[in-house]
Amino acid sequence: MNALQSSTAPASGRFSRYVRRSREEGRLVVQPRMGFADTATMRRGLEAVRGVHAASVGTVTVDSYTRVNDHVSARRALDRGDDLNGYPVVAHGEEETRRLLGGVSGDDFPVQFRHGSALPRELFGTLARVGADATEGGPVSYCLPYSRVPLPQATEAWAECCRILADRPEPMHLESFGGCMLGQLCPPSLLIALSVLEGMFFRENGMRSISVSYAQQTDPQQDLEALAALRRLAAQWLGDDVDWHVVLYTYMGVFPRTSVGAYRMLEDSVRLAVRSGTERLIVKTAVEAYRIPTIEENVDALEFAAAVEAEERSRPPAAEAVRQTGIYEEALRLITSALAFGDDVGSALVGAFAHGHLDVPYCLHQDNANRSRAAIDPRGTLRWSDPGAMPVAASYHQGTAKVTARSLIDMLGYNERRFDREELVGAAVKGML
Amino acid sequence: MDEISTALSSRFIVTSVSSDAHMWNLVFLQLLLEERGAEVVNLGACVPDDAILAECRRQRPDVLVVSTVNGHGHLDGLRLIEQIRRDPELAELRVVIGGKLGIRGAENARFGSELVAAGFDAAFEAEAGMAEFESFLGGLEKGPSRELAMAGQEGAA
Ligand code: B12
Repeated sequence: MNALQSSTAPASGRFSRYVRRSREEGRLVVQPRMGFADTATMRRGLEAVRGVHAASVGTVTVDSYTRVNDHVSARRALDRGDDLNGYPVVAHGEEETRRLLGGVSGDDFPVQFRHGSALPRELFGTLARVGADATEGGPVSYCLPYSRVPLPQATEAWAECCRILADRPEPMHLESFGGCMLGQLCPPSLLIALSVLEGMFFRENGMRSISVSYAQQTDPQQDLEALAALRRLAAQWLGDDVDWHVVLYTYMGVFPRTSVGAYRMLEDSVRLAVRSGTERLIVKTAVEAYRIPTIEENVDALEFAAAVEAEERSRPPAAEAVRQTGIYEEALRLITSALAFGDDVGSALVGAFAHGHLDVPYCLHQDNANRSRAAIDPRGTLRWSDPGAMPVAASYHQGTAKVTARSLIDMLGYNERRFDREELVGAAVKGML
Repeated sequence: MDEISTALSSRFIVTSVSSDAHMWNLVFLQLLLEERGAEVVNLGACVPDDAILAECRRQRPDVLVVSTVNGHGHLDGLRLIEQIRRDPELAELRVVIGGKLGIRGAENARFGSELVAAGFDAAFEAEAGMAEFESFLGGLEKGPSRELAMAGQEGAA
């Protein structure tokens, strides 16, 4: 295997320094997707994550009202004690959020705010002032899957928002969410291209501490190739002055329903992270298919991940070379063809989507062509069944069979079946004995 | 998800609620309804109440199907149905909601009855709700009026 491509720029900011230090110590940074509405629970959650037996960073996941800038509804829910699906930063306000972080975030425990907002001005202003270490998103990855905001408007807002983060005395770290795009059924080349393009957009707008992302899909060999391609392209396109690393997301699509199945899915993602030299992993929990996890369920997932990591590192490195099926070349083509649509990365992204040269399968946003389609081949590899107007070739021909409600559910349930099957069959067999 | 033999001749609007970005549920429901012969307009994710009301007034669908899984459905859905039922043009519109309606997992069931009490014709919780939804669709073929469909729904529940 080639030597791993890594950032050569010095680590800047608490978040990135922590990730860099962990990498040098040979430890994978693990992180939850944790978010609770009230400050006391959120605080206990951060403390619990700080205490896990792992190299952990903290997460505050923001609720959906804040994501769409409906701070009034978030405030009303807090006042009435209604359930929210995350921590409403703006509704809680600066002082309260500062209290949340005070004495728990630090050099040994940086905290990232995860949101999903196409227009994050107000949110970023608050985050910059309260001393958040990092956040995430991007002009495309937080617009198309998360809003009905026109892409040009989101791009403009994100350019301005990058400045807010970059201009802080202690600069914040920014992660692209481009490696997720609807969580499932988006082939690796497009995820990689979008993540690198968003990284370039961040840099163009003043950011120097960046992570690029990739979400586990349906085929470990394909994912390994994809992560190698992502590293290579990040090294080539982000520039020497950017301090960057790679973050992997445990599967972001329909999750296994059994606890054992969910843990096995998580286990696979940890092994993938270690084998690919990935610096940071964001985990999922055993209850992903059903509801928002408790503090304890998050802690269990993080400690399990750290245990699998240790076990994986104790194994001899794989003798097999990483498969080369052309993911790198395809992602490179998507990047270069997209860049031809504008003078800067922002306008190039807008132009490329307007012409369908970037096209996220199944995404209903009005600025996405929604002509491309992906499918899982019989070996479990995620492929283009129809690339729409994108400059890539269809690699899997399903004939004329149209996608139906049934076949869509079957594709979405691929990992669920893969990891639950043994558990359910096993239980049935046990029941017979 | 067995095919229903009767074809739907109804027109549907499928929509999310204002704070919910999840789309796969919407894509799935659109395919499901279209395969039954229905005509479907999919409004997509994060649709503000005003936009949903305006589309319903303009298109006059037979049924508005609201789908939400992010856990805010019991709040967003409630606000939405109150506005729909206050609107003289839409007070009689058939409106159903389904998905993961709260953040309480199995305990979400209780939100369904709250939402129906507030004016939804039916509420379907997660995957378990799919079978009930099938009988709701079956009921639609029997008669066009809201009352008849509701009677069919009660029979199924
Ligand atoms: C993919 C996914 C995403 C993608 C969505 C991309 C997109 N734009 O579509 C991304 C990554 C962007 C995402 C974001 C978020 N997500 Co999400 N997501 C999922 C995930 C993994 C799969 C959902 C999916 O694709 N299902 C496939 C479709 C076909 O099935 P379905 O949605 O479950 O719907 C079925 C039934 O519910 C039912 N149904 C649905 N609607 C209706 C309507 C009617 C009328 C009827 C009859 C039936 C019905 O029919 C469907 C088929 O059976 C689920 C967890 C899981 N299931 O594994 C979490 C999940 C739904 N997400 C969740 C949350 C909270 C969020 C976030 C708020 C972030 C966070 N805090 O974690 C944001 C939401 C932002 C926002 N503004 O809303 C929670 C919801 C928790 C709850 N309700 O208790 C879940 C359960 C994960 C979890 N355990 O925390 N998510």
